[in-house]
Amino acid sequence: MKTYTLILAIALFFASCGNSSSDSVDLTAAGATFPLPFYNVAIKNYSSTTGQSITYGGVGSGGGIRSLKDKVVDFGATDAFLNQEKESEMPAEIVHIPTCIGAVVIAYNLPGVEGLKLSNENLQDIFMGNITSWNDEMIAATNPGITLPDLSVTVVQRSDGSGTTYIFSDFMSKISTSWADQVGRGKSLKWPVGIGAKGNPGVAGTIKMTEGAVGYIGSEFAFAQKIPFAEVENSAGNYILPTLESISAAAQGEIPTDTKVMLTGSSDPAAYPISGFTWIILYKEQNYNNRTQKQAEETVRFLSWLIDKDAQALAQQVHYAPLPEPTVAQARAILGSVVYKGQALSK
Amino acid sequence: MISSERVVKIVLFLSSLLIILVTAGMVLSLMNGSIPVFKEIGLRFIISSQWNPTEGSEEYGAMAFIAGTLMTSFIAIIICFPLAFSTSLFIGEYYSGTRIARIVGTLVDMLAGIPSIVYGLWGFYVLRPLIVDLGLNAQGFGIFTAGVVLAIMIIPYATSISTEIIKMVSSDLKEAAYSLGATRREVILNVLIPNARSGIFTSFVLAFGRALGETMAVTMLIGNANIIPDSIFGAGNTMASVIANQFGEAEGLKLSALITIGLLLFVITGIINGIGKLIIKKFNS
Repeated sequence: MKTYTLILAIALFFASCGNSSSDSVDLTAAGATFPLPFYNVAIKNYSSTTGQSITYGGVGSGGGIRSLKDKVVDFGATDAFLNQEKESEMPAEIVHIPTCIGAVVIAYNLPGVEGLKLSNENLQDIFMGNITSWNDEMIAATNPGITLPDLSVTVVQRSDGSGTTYIFSDFMSKISTSWADQVGRGKSLKWPVGIGAKGNPGVAGTIKMTEGAVGYIGSEFAFAQKIPFAEVENSAGNYILPTLESISAAAQGEIPTDTKVMLTGSSDPAAYPISGFTWIILYKEQNYNNRTQKQAEETVRFLSWLIDKDAQALAQQVHYAPLPEPTVAQARAILGSVVYKGQALSK
Repeated sequence: MISSERVVKIVLFLSSLLIILVTAGMVLSLMNGSIPVFKEIGLRFIISSQWNPTEGSEEYGAMAFIAGTLMTSFIAIIICFPLAFSTSLFIGEYYSGTRIARIVGTLVDMLAGIPSIVYGLWGFYVLRPLIVDLGLNAQGFGIFTAGVVLAIMIIPYATSISTEIIKMVSSDLKEAAYSLGATRREVILNVLIPNARSGIFTSFVLAFGRALGETMAVTMLIGNANIIPDSIFGAGNTMASVIANQFGEAEGLKLSALITIGLLLFVITGIINGIGKLIIKKFNS
């Protein structure tokens, strides 16, 4: 409700003081905060070259879905795709367009320790509270040659609901049956151990200030802030450091045509396993709420640009992995199915 | 012609009515939002300490947050009381009217104007490492850390009001006591405090109310673990803090659970104020 009012206020503001010439439209969007740095730089770039004004509100995936449901935005954005049930709750058919790939890194604060490796079993034991000290022999076994300090483990998690938590818990549910049974997946969880901090900055700050802390952070934030993070065991048994290449590799496999898939636990041997798409969601039939054809066209034009080379290069600048070619082709096909009064829009 | 007297009356009436309407509206919308919780969980919501937002095994209870809220607020008021009470005696009685009292008074008032995020940052970067160094807690986050910062935050509220109350005690009474040969300590204990106690008590009830609802600084320091704290140094969460943290991505039953926590916080604040009023009545009778 709050989100709705906020967006309405923003919309009204722009409607009242934006340029009122009849042939230009303003686009509004709202949703996930995870891809916010990418969307911000992309929109800025797009607006300066095309003159098209777009407002994106980083209100969280839930807020983005609600706004689209209430039909107050041109498109929404979410880090977790809408499952069959959630999609059926929407007033009309929607489509998912992947825009880039992000990852969740396991950040740690261990003085004097570099290049920490964590096996799937280590991750399970640390985040479920079975391992309480860093010099535990289980961690030592995955890190031969590294002297681990006698520090107690402090797990740091997100206290706010977040797509980052969703991707992390989805991965954990895939690698550990006890995690899947006792904790499960979701944007916020019932944590067995640890302390919570708000947002990526909160978690990163708490880890930085606490010796022995370990937690998960969005890769775009960790890369930008140069926070030390661990190599994580992937499904091929390789220890992979999150980089734009290894994150991108997570999407190399078979992707379903609607792109609705979690990339965690990718089977690619070079893939970083805690990776995930982030999506833009919009209505397949763009004629709703008195939207003009122009508005529908501009929406699709922007989204086609967003998945194209120029924008994907921008994504890398702000530390997101670009979509692989086959996924871009799939996203283009989905965008091509978007219509206005039944007529195709994209070219 | 409407007389100006009448106009004033109408304006005053409408303003008071507006306040009543706003309060009633808030309570109603909170109650409306909490209907799903009472339908699906019932009164168990209040006593259960389970908080599991994971789809499929959803379970909500407010007890962990009620416990966290009351524990941090009580720690805050316990630490706040001696400091605020002595400061108000200092400003209002011992050094009343002097330059130093004015300076201290202004500083205390300034404390009230500092945004809570600043207290949170101070707690995070200064107090928390100190608590770790003292060995009270391994990472420094927890009920106690949050309580200490809350105490500092509510000191100005308690101090300002107490000072005014102490200043208001009639000087005739005090001088009468002095003329009978009472010492300063005796005047304070036997004349000043008995006369001012209900007002002083009110100031601490107000300060307590403020501690109950504080959000930002608490979120940064309490550890945000949705459990009943195992000790006063353990991590926990408060009602206001869990609402602020989880509201963004909440929907369905979880959203309703958060709104219900808001309603409960409203009720608890009401109860505390009610108890306060009762005690004040006792004092005055």
